[in-house]
Amino acid sequence: MLNIQNLHAEIEGKKILKGLNLEIKPGEVHAIMGPNGAGKSTLASVLAGREHFDVTGGTVDFLGKDLLDLAPEERAGEGLFLAFQYPVEIPGLTTTNFIKTAVNQIRKYRGEEPLDAVAFLKMMKEKMAITNIDQSLLSRSLNEGFSGGEKKRNEVFQMAMLEPKLAILDETDSGLDIDAIRIVANGVNKLRSKDNAVLVVTHYQRLLDYIIPDFVHVLYDGRIVKSGPKELALELEEKGYDFIRNEVKVGQEA
Amino acid sequence: MNDSTLYFKEYFDQQQTGTTSVLNDHRQQAFAAFSQLGVPGVKHEEWKYTRINSLFNTQYRLQSADTLQAADINDLRLPAHEAANELVFINGRYVAALSTLRSKNLVLLPLNEAAEGEYAAIVDQHYGHSADYLRDGINALNTALSDGGIYLHIGKNTEIEHPVYIYHIVDARAEAVLAQPRSLVYLGQNAGVTIVETYHTIGNADSFTNQVFEVAVEKDARLEYYKIQNDVASANLVSTSHIRQTGASHVNTVTISLNGGIVRNNLNLVLEAPYCEGHLYGLYFQQGNSHVDNHTIVDNVAPNCLSYELYKGILDEQSTGVFNGKIFVRQPAQKTNAYQTNKNVLLSKTASVNTKPQLEIFADDVKCSHGCTVGQLDEEALFYLRSRGITQQAAQALLLQGFALDVLEKIKLAPIRAYVDSLIAGRLQFTQS
Repeated sequence: MLNIQNLHAEIEGKKILKGLNLEIKPGEVHAIMGPNGAGKSTLASVLAGREHFDVTGGTVDFLGKDLLDLAPEERAGEGLFLAFQYPVEIPGLTTTNFIKTAVNQIRKYRGEEPLDAVAFLKMMKEKMAITNIDQSLLSRSLNEGFSGGEKKRNEVFQMAMLEPKLAILDETDSGLDIDAIRIVANGVNKLRSKDNAVLVVTHYQRLLDYIIPDFVHVLYDGRIVKSGPKELALELEEKGYDFIRNEVKVGQEA
Repeated sequence: MNDSTLYFKEYFDQQQTGTTSVLNDHRQQAFAAFSQLGVPGVKHEEWKYTRINSLFNTQYRLQSADTLQAADINDLRLPAHEAANELVFINGRYVAALSTLRSKNLVLLPLNEAAEGEYAAIVDQHYGHSADYLRDGINALNTALSDGGIYLHIGKNTEIEHPVYIYHIVDARAEAVLAQPRSLVYLGQNAGVTIVETYHTIGNADSFTNQVFEVAVEKDARLEYYKIQNDVASANLVSTSHIRQTGASHVNTVTISLNGGIVRNNLNLVLEAPYCEGHLYGLYFQQGNSHVDNHTIVDNVAPNCLSYELYKGILDEQSTGVFNGKIFVRQPAQKTNAYQTNKNVLLSKTASVNTKPQLEIFADDVKCSHGCTVGQLDEEALFYLRSRGITQQAAQALLLQGFALDVLEKIKLAPIRAYVDSLIAGRLQFTQS
């Protein structure tokens, strides 16, 4: 589904990603962990198409397409979704109107007819139930005055509505208490299927107690330096990132 | 007065000999004032960023014209006009034959007549009050040369059920026209009315409308007042609205400026009695070389009044905007609450805006605030929307519609709100599904 080869990216001349490789297949959940500054959020941003980042090398294939050649809205049309670390507050635009526009623009991109009001409402109700989000929140201006937990739940609701093939969760647990993490994780888990995949980007292991990954990768200094099963996350939590630093150092010296 | 405005004198002299009217005294004084003050140039503090001298290089037709038929103006009618009072001005003069008065309790008289009959005292009290606030040749010119103006009387305890649509139409098919519409509106105690004004030019010659609209609002009266400006680039407009709240009353104004050449709005709210409440909202959304200047004055004369002001601007291409918001709080006007905000989004590198709050406070127990911002659309917000599959153009449209919303929602007349929404959607080439 997603195949990243030797990806290099920089921002304002500063090299962040330095040859990153990653392959994700349908049905899989991958977690990327790493210390601050390793390039976790840069990876999420580059995949979603945020400007300001210059890709200086490598390829990203998403379902047979050159992802890096697509505009952000085209990536969404192809089935990519980024849950933001800091969802943006937009005054004067309700979540309902926003998500309706998004759903129908993606349908248009795929050559499908727009949903009529009845079909849209039915879909909304269904996804609201799955993600445990309240109608009153959706009638308000997008994210404006929302608590941290409400913002992240809204991200998962959007994910449910857009039914992406690959969802990237960028530090979704940041700023959330344990109850909020559980609600958000439950929503994500309900949306998992054998056809879609999830990439969880996180600093801490705790989110992975609820969204159980098939693979854990350690991102360090712009590259994935270690991959393993879900137990790797626990090992990292226990030993801290210093153990990775030491391993990398040893590797370079050898 | 210079050579280019000498023909005004000729026209003025003709008028003075051709009519006898109480208003002629006002005209004489005003013409003397215009002769002395002339056309305001950039050295005039209130006209620093809005240059209208060049508009006076054109020789305009000043005389009336009865060239337009009902069929010519049908396309200009506002939505739900079938249920509205429609007042039509052609080249600055009220044309009864094209107008429809649906509300029987709405009194409409030519200003000349009103100045001498039953309503003479009211006209005497309120006519020309705006000149005390706008000491420039432009205001004087309207008073000096305007004819065919109207007096609207809404009596005590009268609610005008049908909104009053006022169309200012200039016929510039044959020659350049200066139109100077004049109106005086009186809302008696506990009266209520909704007034909508629009401006249109037919034809390609230059049009210049210099309007003065004066209103007196008595105790417990309610005025909803909307202006919609969406004229062609050859149409220039100075639109002065001067509202006196002479009793504890409620006024809500929304000024929408979407297109035109040079547009200058003077909106004055004089809070003369305790416990008046006034709201001033505005949205300007400009393209091309258009220029819109909103000059507002809120004058707190009496204590315990509330005024709330919010103007928002979107400026694209080479357009320019001006916001100048004056708030006076006179010494007796203790416990004044006065709020003012102006926010602007620049969509191009060549668009610009000058924004200036001016607070002059002589009372010591007041709450006044003001703030202004000028910025671009938020890149992160655009990316957020695009990451959900929304195209760049649609994302920009949604953000701008969101930006404009808290002004647009102050238009309480549903068909007019829908009309303005559709004009803006058309401008953005995007309608929310």
